[in-house]
Amino acid sequence: MKKVEATVRKTKFREVKKALVNAGIENFSYWLVRNVGETSEKRVYRGVEYEPTAAERICVTFAIKDNQLNVLELFTESGITGEAADSQVLIYDVKDVYKLVTKDGKDKAIRKM
Amino acid sequence: METISIDTLWVLVAAVLVMLMQAGFAMVESGFTRGKNSINILMKNLIDFSMGSLIFYIVGYKLMFGTDIAGLFGKPVLFDNDNGVDGIANKASLIFQTVFAATAATIVSGAIAERTKFSTYIFFTVIITAIIYPVAGHWVWGGGWLSTLSTPFHDFAGSTVVHSVGAWVGLAGAIVLGPRIGKYGKDGKVNVIPGHNLTIGALGVFILWFGWFGFNGGSQLAIGGTDNAIAVSSIFVNTNLSAAAGALAAMTVTWMRHKKPGLSLSLNGALAGLVAITAGCDIVTPEASILIGLIAGVVLVFSVELFDKVFRIDDPVGAISVHGINGALGTILVGFFAIDGGLFYGGGISLLISQLIGVLAVAAWSLTMGFALFFTLKKTVGLRVTAREEHIGLDITEHGESAYNL
Repeated sequence: MKKVEATVRKTKFREVKKALVNAGIENFSYWLVRNVGETSEKRVYRGVEYEPTAAERICVTFAIKDNQLNVLELFTESGITGEAADSQVLIYDVKDVYKLVTKDGKDKAIRKM
Repeated sequence: METISIDTLWVLVAAVLVMLMQAGFAMVESGFTRGKNSINILMKNLIDFSMGSLIFYIVGYKLMFGTDIAGLFGKPVLFDNDNGVDGIANKASLIFQTVFAATAATIVSGAIAERTKFSTYIFFTVIITAIIYPVAGHWVWGGGWLSTLSTPFHDFAGSTVVHSVGAWVGLAGAIVLGPRIGKYGKDGKVNVIPGHNLTIGALGVFILWFGWFGFNGGSQLAIGGTDNAIAVSSIFVNTNLSAAAGALAAMTVTWMRHKKPGLSLSLNGALAGLVAITAGCDIVTPEASILIGLIAGVVLVFSVELFDKVFRIDDPVGAISVHGINGALGTILVGFFAIDGGLFYGGGISLLISQLIGVLAVAAWSLTMGFALFFTLKKTVGLRVTAREEHIGLDITEHGESAYNL
């Protein structure tokens, strides 16, 4: 089992969501994160130009069975603009997964197969 | 024709319009500063209006409008309870002047935002509404020396008397206090501390613009009869044109300088136009009002940058540029654009000289008193919160509350 954690631009979130649903990942969590690092946009506030210290991104996370889908392909097709700072995808090995309502474990607990 | 009733009604309506400007100031100042200091700035706006209302009634009003003493101030009468009539009911005049005094006081809170001790701010509010504002007001509106010059100083609704007084005192406060932590880097870099909610800031500016019709239109102190009806209507038109021109000018300048039209300075531009037209809204043409607004909007943008980058005086909401620089500018421009007595209308330079004298005299008084007051407060009760309190935010450390709770 794997846990996928992908940070994408806010503007690409709808496409990512659609791609995930099409790939059978209909349940997942996401949250707003701030990404420190390369930011392409400069801003002006009251006559002073500055670079924001962080850019807002959306972090999407979900669990899958081993080899359930090609994560890299899914995100490179739906989640990037090709500009700098398109962020990254992390894939972790997962030891245990439980579905609380049925107490099912392992693959049976991976939501919505 | 008997017009006391209708004139009094108009002044009372104008008074509540000006009172609503307190909400405008509260929203602008809150929106243009950080969310960790919102409670603090809102409390300052609430308490300067409340304290200012009491103090101005108890002592300030008669110091401003009482029997003239040597052209400098009025004879104080404490707790005056005057049910007489002088054109309008005297109590309508009192409430109208009270909301003006509170306007001068509340301008200061923006310039010294995010770092001033709340308890000290209350002391300050007492002094500005008891002494600083009433004395300057007496010079111009209470029969004092500026109103008895051979060519009287002309400040119809208070570009200088109200707005610049508040701003110069705020300037003194901002200098004595020093900038917010993090505003200027050790390497000399000017850092940005963005306001936390420009939506609220924009609402505040629209409320101020709305209230300004009462501020300027009400200063006619009458509306009955043909002449007053025409005068007030003309003031409304001039006020609106100048504000609109100010916003457009500030937008254009920021667009040209920074490639994008910035909201924050455009909002300040509208306010700059309003402040600038306030002195002469009764004696300039609509065309001149547009010009005054355009000049104000352009000057505003450069003034904000000058104070921020060159003088390095930290004024989070731009109060000094909006109310001080444009208050002075608008008052001086009356010397050029006044239909009656202005340089551009063949009136010579005597009015212009009177305008300069008035602007400088009021600035000297306000700055002197402001510096004296803030230095005294700094040496006695303390003016500034600790660095740790400033980092955490004044909402939690000064008030034990936060404005935004999840």
